[in-house]
Amino acid sequence: MLLSEIKFLVLKDIKLEFKQRYAINGILLYVVSTIFVSYLSFARIIDPATWNSLFWIIMLFAAVNAVSKSFVQESTSRQLYYYTVTSPQAIILSKMIYNFVLMGVLSLLCLVVFTALMGGFVVNYPLFISALLLGSFGFASSLTMISAIASRTNNNFALMAILSFPVVMPLLLILMKVSSAALNAGTVSGNMNFLAALFMLNAIVIAMSYILFPYLWRD
Amino acid sequence: MNNFFKNNWWKLLGVLLILYSIIAGFLIDIPEVQGNIGQSMRNLFFHVVMWFAMMVMFGTSLVRSLRYLSTFDIKHDVYAIETVNVGLFFGVLGIITGMEWANFTWGTPWTNDPQLNGAAITILAYFAYLVLRRSIDEENKRARIGAVYNIFAFVMLIVFIGILPKLASGSLHPGAGGSSSTVNSLDFTMRLVFYPAIAGWIIIGYWLTGIRVKMDFIRQHLDNPE
Repeated sequence: MLLSEIKFLVLKDIKLEFKQRYAINGILLYVVSTIFVSYLSFARIIDPATWNSLFWIIMLFAAVNAVSKSFVQESTSRQLYYYTVTSPQAIILSKMIYNFVLMGVLSLLCLVVFTALMGGFVVNYPLFISALLLGSFGFASSLTMISAIASRTNNNFALMAILSFPVVMPLLLILMKVSSAALNAGTVSGNMNFLAALFMLNAIVIAMSYILFPYLWRD
Repeated sequence: MNNFFKNNWWKLLGVLLILYSIIAGFLIDIPEVQGNIGQSMRNLFFHVVMWFAMMVMFGTSLVRSLRYLSTFDIKHDVYAIETVNVGLFFGVLGIITGMEWANFTWGTPWTNDPQLNGAAITILAYFAYLVLRRSIDEENKRARIGAVYNIFAFVMLIVFIGILPKLASGSLHPGAGGSSSTVNSLDFTMRLVFYPAIAGWIIIGYWLTGIRVKMDFIRQHLDNPE
Protein backbone atom coordinates (compact mmCIF):
# COMPACT_ATOMS: atom_id res chain seq x y z
CA MET A 1 0.00 0.00 0.00
CA LEU A 2 2.64 2.49 1.13
CA LEU A 3 5.08 1.23 -1.50
CA SER A 4 2.62 1.58 -4.36
CA GLU A 5 1.73 5.08 -3.18
CA ILE A 6 5.42 6.03 -3.05
CA LYS A 7 6.05 4.58 -6.51
CA PHE A 8 3.12 6.51 -7.91
CA LEU A 9 4.17 9.79 -6.31
CA VAL A 10 7.79 9.48 -7.46
CA LEU A 11 6.66 8.76 -11.02
CA LYS A 12 4.32 11.75 -10.79
CA ASP A 13 7.20 14.02 -9.76
CA ILE A 14 9.46 12.73 -12.53
CA LYS A 15 6.73 13.10 -15.16
CA LEU A 16 5.99 16.62 -13.95
CA GLU A 17 9.69 17.40 -14.19
CA PHE A 18 9.94 16.13 -17.77
CA LYS A 19 6.88 18.11 -18.73
CA GLN A 20 8.02 21.44 -17.28
CA ARG A 21 11.78 20.87 -17.41
CA TYR A 22 12.68 24.22 -15.89
CA ALA A 23 13.60 23.07 -12.38
CA ILE A 24 16.22 20.53 -13.34
CA ASN A 25 17.65 22.61 -16.18
CA GLY A 26 17.76 25.61 -13.89
CA ILE A 27 19.67 23.78 -11.21
CA LEU A 28 22.10 22.18 -13.66
CA LEU A 29 22.82 25.58 -15.15
CA TYR A 30 23.26 26.95 -11.63
CA VAL A 31 25.95 24.37 -10.87
CA VAL A 32 27.79 24.90 -14.13
CA SER A 33 27.73 28.69 -13.73
CA THR A 34 28.97 28.50 -10.13
CA ILE A 35 31.84 26.25 -11.16
CA PHE A 36 32.64 28.57 -14.04
CA VAL A 37 32.68 31.58 -11.72
CA SER A 38 35.08 29.81 -9.38
CA TYR A 39 37.18 28.75 -12.38
CA LEU A 40 37.46 32.38 -13.49
CA SER A 41 38.33 33.59 -10.01
CA PHE A 42 40.76 30.79 -9.07
CA ALA A 43 42.18 30.12 -12.56
CA ARG A 44 43.67 26.77 -11.57
CA ILE A 45 43.79 25.11 -8.18
CA ILE A 46 47.06 23.51 -7.23
CA ASP A 47 46.29 22.09 -3.82
CA PRO A 48 43.88 19.23 -3.00
CA ALA A 49 42.59 20.75 0.25
CA THR A 50 41.26 23.83 -1.57
CA TRP A 51 39.83 21.67 -4.35
CA ASN A 52 38.00 19.59 -1.75
CA SER A 53 36.47 22.46 0.21
CA LEU A 54 35.45 24.40 -2.91
CA PHE A 55 33.80 21.30 -4.37
CA TRP A 56 31.74 20.63 -1.26
CA ILE A 57 30.75 24.25 -0.74
CA ILE A 58 29.40 24.33 -4.30
CA MET A 59 27.63 21.02 -3.67
CA LEU A 60 26.08 22.36 -0.46
CA PHE A 61 24.63 25.47 -2.08
CA ALA A 62 23.45 23.56 -5.14
CA ALA A 63 21.74 21.02 -2.87
CA VAL A 64 19.98 23.71 -0.84
CA ASN A 65 18.78 25.36 -4.05
CA ALA A 66 17.69 22.13 -5.71
CA VAL A 67 15.80 20.66 -2.78
CA SER A 68 14.18 23.90 -1.56
CA LYS A 69 11.75 23.72 -4.47
CA SER A 70 10.29 20.36 -3.52
CA PHE A 71 7.36 21.61 -1.47
CA VAL A 72 7.06 25.20 -2.62
CA GLN A 73 6.22 24.48 -6.24
CA GLU A 74 2.92 22.82 -5.38
CA SER A 75 -0.11 24.95 -4.63
CA THR A 76 -2.03 24.72 -1.37
CA SER A 77 -5.10 23.31 -3.05
CA ARG A 78 -3.10 20.54 -4.69
CA GLN A 79 -1.47 19.72 -1.35
CA LEU A 80 -4.94 19.50 0.16
CA TYR A 81 -5.82 17.02 -2.57
CA TYR A 82 -2.80 14.84 -1.72
CA TYR A 83 -3.84 14.96 1.90
CA THR A 84 -7.14 13.35 1.05
CA VAL A 85 -5.76 10.57 -1.15
CA THR A 86 -2.36 9.57 0.31
CA SER A 87 -0.62 9.13 3.63
CA PRO A 88 1.90 11.77 4.77
CA GLN A 89 4.62 9.13 5.06
CA ALA A 90 4.25 8.30 1.37
CA ILE A 91 4.59 12.00 0.50
CA ILE A 92 7.83 12.59 2.44
CA LEU A 93 9.45 9.29 1.34
CA SER A 94 8.55 9.87 -2.30
CA LYS A 95 9.96 13.41 -2.17
CA MET A 96 13.16 12.05 -0.65
CA ILE A 97 13.55 9.44 -3.38
CA TYR A 98 12.87 11.98 -6.10
CA ASN A 99 15.37 14.41 -4.57
CA PHE A 100 17.92 11.63 -4.28
CA VAL A 101 17.66 10.98 -8.03
CA LEU A 102 17.96 14.72 -8.67
CA MET A 103 20.95 15.07 -6.34
CA GLY A 104 22.64 12.00 -7.81
CA VAL A 105 22.51 13.48 -11.32
CA LEU A 106 23.55 16.86 -9.99
CA SER A 107 26.55 15.60 -8.02
CA LEU A 108 27.91 13.48 -10.88
CA LEU A 109 27.57 16.42 -13.27
CA CYS A 110 29.25 18.64 -10.70
CA LEU A 111 32.15 16.18 -10.43
CA VAL A 112 32.61 15.99 -14.21
CA VAL A 113 32.49 19.75 -14.81
CA PHE A 114 34.57 20.55 -11.74
CA THR A 115 37.27 18.05 -12.75
CA ALA A 116 37.30 19.35 -16.32
CA LEU A 117 37.73 22.98 -15.31
CA MET A 118 39.64 22.83 -12.04
CA GLY A 119 41.81 19.80 -12.71
CA GLY A 120 41.42 16.25 -11.42
CA PHE A 121 42.74 15.61 -7.95
CA VAL A 122 40.78 12.47 -7.12
CA VAL A 123 43.10 9.49 -6.68
CA ASN A 124 40.59 6.86 -5.57
CA TYR A 125 37.46 7.22 -7.72
CA PRO A 126 35.42 4.34 -6.20
CA LEU A 127 35.79 5.86 -2.73
CA PHE A 128 35.02 9.38 -3.93
CA ILE A 129 31.94 8.34 -5.89
CA SER A 130 30.55 6.21 -3.07
CA ALA A 131 30.98 9.19 -0.75
CA LEU A 132 29.34 11.40 -3.36
CA LEU A 133 26.32 9.11 -3.70
CA LEU A 134 25.89 8.62 0.05
CA GLY A 135 26.27 12.39 0.39
CA SER A 136 23.60 13.01 -2.25
CA PHE A 137 21.29 10.71 -0.37
CA GLY A 138 22.04 12.49 2.90
CA PHE A 139 21.55 15.96 1.40
CA ALA A 140 18.33 14.82 -0.25
CA SER A 141 16.80 13.33 2.91
CA SER A 142 17.74 16.00 5.45
CA LEU A 143 17.06 18.93 3.14
CA THR A 144 13.69 17.49 2.09
CA MET A 145 12.60 17.54 5.72
CA ILE A 146 13.93 21.09 6.19
CA SER A 147 12.22 22.28 3.02
CA ALA A 148 8.97 20.80 4.33
CA ILE A 149 9.43 22.89 7.49
CA ALA A 150 10.45 26.03 5.58
CA SER A 151 7.55 25.74 3.13
CA ARG A 152 5.09 26.26 6.01
CA THR A 153 6.48 29.71 6.81
CA ASN A 154 6.15 33.16 5.27
CA ASN A 155 9.68 33.63 3.93
CA ASN A 156 10.77 30.14 3.01
CA PHE A 157 13.83 30.89 0.85
CA ALA A 158 15.80 32.72 3.52
CA LEU A 159 14.72 30.22 6.16
CA MET A 160 15.69 27.23 4.04
CA ALA A 161 19.33 28.27 4.25
CA ILE A 162 19.49 29.12 7.95
CA LEU A 163 17.54 26.08 9.06
CA SER A 164 19.52 23.65 6.94
CA PHE A 165 23.13 24.66 7.68
CA PRO A 166 23.26 23.45 11.29
CA VAL A 167 21.45 20.25 10.33
CA VAL A 168 23.63 19.26 7.35
CA MET A 169 26.89 20.21 9.05
CA PRO A 170 27.62 16.72 10.50
CA LEU A 171 27.01 15.20 7.07
CA LEU A 172 29.21 17.76 5.33
CA LEU A 173 32.13 17.28 7.74
CA ILE A 174 32.14 13.48 7.32
CA LEU A 175 31.88 13.89 3.54
CA MET A 176 34.86 16.26 3.45
CA LYS A 177 36.84 13.84 5.60
CA VAL A 178 36.13 10.88 3.29
CA SER A 179 36.69 12.81 0.11
CA SER A 180 39.97 14.26 1.34
CA ALA A 181 41.04 10.65 1.94
CA ALA A 182 40.00 9.89 -1.64
CA LEU A 183 42.21 12.75 -2.83
CA ASN A 184 45.17 11.35 -0.90
CA ALA A 185 45.10 7.70 -1.95
CA GLY A 186 42.89 6.46 0.88
CA THR A 187 41.13 3.13 0.37
CA VAL A 188 37.48 2.11 0.61
CA SER A 189 38.22 -0.43 3.34
CA GLY A 190 40.27 2.10 5.29
CA ASN A 191 37.35 4.52 5.34
CA MET A 192 34.64 1.98 5.98
CA ASN A 193 33.78 3.48 9.39
CA PHE A 194 33.15 6.90 7.84
CA LEU A 195 30.97 5.40 5.10
CA ALA A 196 29.08 3.48 7.79
CA ALA A 197 28.65 6.73 9.77
CA LEU A 198 27.21 8.40 6.65
CA PHE A 199 24.82 5.50 6.20
CA MET A 200 23.74 5.67 9.84
CA LEU A 201 23.20 9.41 9.64
CA ASN A 202 20.87 8.86 6.68
CA ALA A 203 18.97 6.20 8.59
CA ILE A 204 18.45 8.56 11.54
CA VAL A 205 17.23 11.39 9.30
CA ILE A 206 14.79 9.14 7.44
CA ALA A 207 13.41 7.62 10.64
CA MET A 208 12.87 11.04 12.19
CA SER A 209 11.24 12.44 9.06
CA TYR A 210 8.94 9.43 8.92
CA ILE A 211 7.80 10.12 12.49
CA LEU A 212 7.72 13.93 12.44
CA PHE A 213 6.40 14.78 8.97
CA PRO A 214 2.73 13.93 9.73
CA TYR A 215 2.76 16.77 12.30
CA LEU A 216 3.89 19.27 9.65
CA TRP A 217 1.47 18.06 7.08
CA ARG A 218 -1.93 18.57 8.66
CA ASP A 219 -3.19 22.13 8.97
CA MET B 1 5.78 34.21 55.48
CA ASN B 2 6.02 30.49 56.09
CA ASN B 3 4.21 29.80 52.86
CA PHE B 4 6.60 32.09 51.01
CA PHE B 5 9.58 29.97 52.04
CA LYS B 6 7.70 26.78 51.33
CA ASN B 7 7.17 27.79 47.70
CA ASN B 8 10.40 29.63 47.04
CA TRP B 9 13.10 27.81 49.00
CA TRP B 10 14.64 26.45 45.79
CA LYS B 11 15.19 29.94 44.41
CA LEU B 12 17.05 30.87 47.58
CA LEU B 13 19.05 27.64 47.27
CA GLY B 14 20.01 28.57 43.70
CA VAL B 15 21.18 32.05 44.73
CA LEU B 16 23.17 30.64 47.64
CA LEU B 17 24.80 27.96 45.49
CA ILE B 18 25.90 30.53 42.92
CA LEU B 19 27.16 32.93 45.58
CA TYR B 20 29.06 30.01 47.12
CA SER B 21 30.56 29.02 43.77
CA ILE B 22 31.70 32.58 43.05
CA ILE B 23 33.23 33.18 46.48
CA ALA B 24 34.75 29.73 46.88
CA GLY B 25 35.77 29.71 43.21
CA PHE B 26 38.05 32.65 43.84
CA LEU B 27 39.26 31.66 47.31
CA ILE B 28 40.02 27.91 47.32
CA ASP B 29 43.46 26.53 46.63
CA ILE B 30 43.66 24.91 43.23
CA PRO B 31 46.39 22.48 42.20
CA GLU B 32 49.27 23.73 40.07
CA VAL B 33 48.54 23.11 36.39
CA GLN B 34 51.22 22.65 33.76
CA GLY B 35 51.42 25.17 30.95
CA ASN B 36 50.10 28.69 30.91
CA ILE B 37 46.64 27.91 32.30
CA GLY B 38 47.72 28.55 35.89
CA GLN B 39 45.20 30.38 38.03
CA SER B 40 42.88 30.92 35.02
CA MET B 41 41.80 27.33 35.74
CA ARG B 42 39.24 28.96 38.05
CA ASN B 43 37.27 29.91 34.94
CA LEU B 44 36.13 26.27 34.97
CA PHE B 45 33.59 27.24 37.65
CA PHE B 46 32.04 29.81 35.32
CA HIS B 47 32.72 28.79 31.71
CA VAL B 48 32.22 25.01 31.74
CA VAL B 49 29.20 25.37 34.02
CA MET B 50 27.46 27.49 31.36
CA TRP B 51 27.53 24.61 28.85
CA PHE B 52 26.06 22.18 31.35
CA ALA B 53 23.27 24.64 32.17
CA MET B 54 22.67 25.33 28.47
CA MET B 55 22.39 21.64 27.56
CA VAL B 56 19.98 21.03 30.45
CA MET B 57 17.82 23.92 29.19
CA PHE B 58 17.83 22.61 25.61
CA GLY B 59 17.09 19.09 26.85
CA THR B 60 14.11 20.43 28.83
CA SER B 61 12.95 22.23 25.71
CA LEU B 62 13.12 18.95 23.76
CA VAL B 63 10.95 17.22 26.38
CA ARG B 64 8.44 20.10 26.26
CA SER B 65 8.29 19.93 22.45
CA LEU B 66 7.69 16.18 22.57
CA ARG B 67 4.92 16.71 25.09
CA TYR B 68 3.42 19.45 22.95
CA LEU B 69 3.22 17.11 19.97
CA SER B 70 1.53 14.43 22.06
CA THR B 71 -0.98 16.68 23.87
CA PHE B 72 -1.27 19.85 21.70
CA ASP B 73 -1.43 21.88 24.91
CA ILE B 74 -0.06 25.37 24.13
CA LYS B 75 1.42 25.62 27.65
CA HIS B 76 4.16 23.16 26.70
CA ASP B 77 5.05 25.24 23.67
CA VAL B 78 5.50 28.38 25.78
CA TYR B 79 7.85 26.41 28.05
CA ALA B 80 9.74 25.05 25.01
CA ILE B 81 10.47 28.52 23.59
CA GLU B 82 11.34 30.09 26.93
CA THR B 83 13.78 27.32 27.91
CA VAL B 84 15.48 27.87 24.54
CA ASN B 85 15.72 31.61 25.27
CA VAL B 86 17.33 30.96 28.65
CA GLY B 87 19.58 28.27 27.18
CA LEU B 88 20.78 30.70 24.51
CA PHE B 89 21.52 33.25 27.23
CA PHE B 90 23.77 30.69 28.94
CA GLY B 91 25.28 29.74 25.59
CA VAL B 92 26.25 33.33 24.78
CA LEU B 93 27.76 33.73 28.26
CA GLY B 94 29.63 30.46 27.71
CA ILE B 95 31.03 31.71 24.39
CA ILE B 96 32.13 35.02 25.96
CA THR B 97 33.82 33.40 28.98
CA GLY B 98 35.38 30.81 26.67
CA MET B 99 36.78 33.41 24.27
CA GLU B 100 38.24 35.34 27.17
CA TRP B 101 39.88 32.16 28.47
CA ALA B 102 41.11 31.06 25.06
CA ASN B 103 42.61 34.48 24.44
CA PHE B 104 44.57 34.12 27.67
CA THR B 105 45.79 30.53 27.35
CA TRP B 106 45.94 29.89 23.59
CA GLY B 107 46.59 33.47 22.49
CA THR B 108 43.56 33.75 20.23
CA PRO B 109 39.84 34.06 20.99
CA TRP B 110 38.80 31.46 18.41
CA THR B 111 40.57 28.32 17.22
CA ASN B 112 39.50 25.51 14.95
CA ASP B 113 38.64 23.14 17.77
CA PRO B 114 35.83 20.53 17.75
CA GLN B 115 34.35 21.77 21.02
CA LEU B 116 34.24 25.36 19.82
CA ASN B 117 32.69 24.42 16.51
CA GLY B 118 30.13 22.19 18.19
CA ALA B 119 29.12 25.02 20.50
CA ALA B 120 28.90 27.49 17.61
CA ILE B 121 26.72 25.20 15.51
CA THR B 122 24.44 24.48 18.48
CA ILE B 123 23.88 28.17 19.11
CA LEU B 124 23.30 28.83 15.38
CA ALA B 125 20.69 26.07 15.25
CA TYR B 126 18.74 27.54 18.14
CA PHE B 127 18.92 31.08 16.76
CA ALA B 128 17.50 29.60 13.55
CA TYR B 129 14.72 28.10 15.69
CA LEU B 130 13.88 31.59 16.99
CA VAL B 131 13.82 33.01 13.44
CA LEU B 132 11.61 30.13 12.31
CA ARG B 133 9.09 30.88 15.04
CA ARG B 134 9.03 34.59 14.27
CA SER B 135 8.12 33.91 10.65
CA ILE B 136 4.87 32.04 11.40
CA ASP B 137 1.90 34.12 12.53
CA GLU B 138 -0.67 31.59 13.53
CA GLU B 139 -0.17 30.36 17.09
CA ASN B 140 -0.92 26.64 16.79
CA LYS B 141 0.91 26.26 13.50
CA ARG B 142 3.94 28.05 14.97
CA ALA B 143 3.90 25.75 18.00
CA ARG B 144 3.65 22.60 15.89
CA ILE B 145 6.31 23.49 13.32
CA GLY B 146 8.61 24.88 16.01
CA ALA B 147 8.31 21.62 17.94
CA VAL B 148 9.15 19.56 14.85
CA TYR B 149 12.28 21.61 14.12
CA ASN B 150 13.29 21.58 17.79
CA ILE B 151 13.22 17.77 17.91
CA PHE B 152 14.89 17.34 14.51
CA ALA B 153 17.68 19.81 15.27
CA PHE B 154 18.33 18.48 18.78
CA VAL B 155 18.88 14.93 17.54
CA MET B 156 21.16 16.14 14.72
CA LEU B 157 23.17 18.23 17.18
CA ILE B 158 23.64 15.28 19.53
CA VAL B 159 24.92 13.26 16.57
CA PHE B 160 27.14 16.17 15.56
CA ILE B 161 28.68 16.61 19.01
CA GLY B 162 29.10 12.83 19.25
CA ILE B 163 31.01 12.36 15.99
CA LEU B 164 32.86 15.67 15.79
CA PRO B 165 35.81 14.78 18.08
CA LYS B 166 36.37 11.55 16.11
CA LEU B 167 36.72 13.52 12.88
CA ALA B 168 39.13 16.10 14.24
CA SER B 169 42.81 15.38 14.58
CA GLY B 170 42.77 16.39 18.24
CA SER B 171 41.40 18.99 20.56
CA LEU B 172 43.02 21.77 22.53
CA HIS B 173 40.55 21.09 25.29
CA PRO B 174 41.76 18.70 28.00
CA GLY B 175 40.64 15.11 27.54
CA ALA B 176 40.15 15.32 23.75
CA GLY B 177 37.12 13.29 22.78
CA GLY B 178 34.57 14.63 25.23
CA SER B 179 34.23 16.94 28.17
CA SER B 180 33.46 14.09 30.57
CA SER B 181 37.15 13.27 30.88
CA THR B 182 37.77 16.88 31.91
CA VAL B 183 35.48 16.31 34.85
CA ASN B 184 36.88 12.86 35.63
CA SER B 185 40.38 14.20 36.16
CA LEU B 186 39.21 17.04 38.41
CA ASP B 187 40.77 17.63 41.76
CA PHE B 188 38.48 16.86 44.72
CA THR B 189 38.33 20.41 46.12
CA MET B 190 37.51 21.73 42.67
CA ARG B 191 34.63 19.28 42.41
CA LEU B 192 33.25 20.67 45.66
CA VAL B 193 32.78 23.99 43.87
CA PHE B 194 32.11 22.72 40.35
CA TYR B 195 29.04 20.53 41.03
CA PRO B 196 27.22 23.05 43.27
CA ALA B 197 27.86 25.70 40.60
CA ILE B 198 26.17 23.52 37.96
CA ALA B 199 23.20 22.86 40.26
CA GLY B 200 22.92 26.56 41.09
CA TRP B 201 22.91 27.74 37.48
CA ILE B 202 20.36 25.09 36.47
CA ILE B 203 18.07 26.26 39.28
CA ILE B 204 18.50 29.88 38.17
CA GLY B 205 17.73 28.76 34.61
CA TYR B 206 14.44 27.19 35.67
CA TRP B 207 13.61 30.28 37.71
CA LEU B 208 14.26 32.55 34.73
CA THR B 209 12.14 30.27 32.54
CA GLY B 210 9.29 30.44 35.04
CA ILE B 211 9.37 34.24 35.10
CA ARG B 212 9.45 34.48 31.32
CA VAL B 213 6.57 32.01 30.96
CA LYS B 214 4.47 34.07 33.38
CA MET B 215 5.32 37.20 31.37
CA ASP B 216 4.16 35.46 28.20
CA PHE B 217 0.85 34.45 29.74
CA ILE B 218 0.26 37.99 31.04
CA ARG B 219 1.08 39.45 27.65
CA GLN B 220 -1.31 37.03 25.94
CA HIS B 221 -4.00 37.93 28.45
CA LEU B 222 -3.50 41.66 27.81
CA ASP B 223 -3.68 41.13 24.06
CA ASN B 224 -7.03 39.34 24.12
CA PRO B 225 -8.73 39.76 27.48
CA GLU B 226 -11.92 37.83 28.07
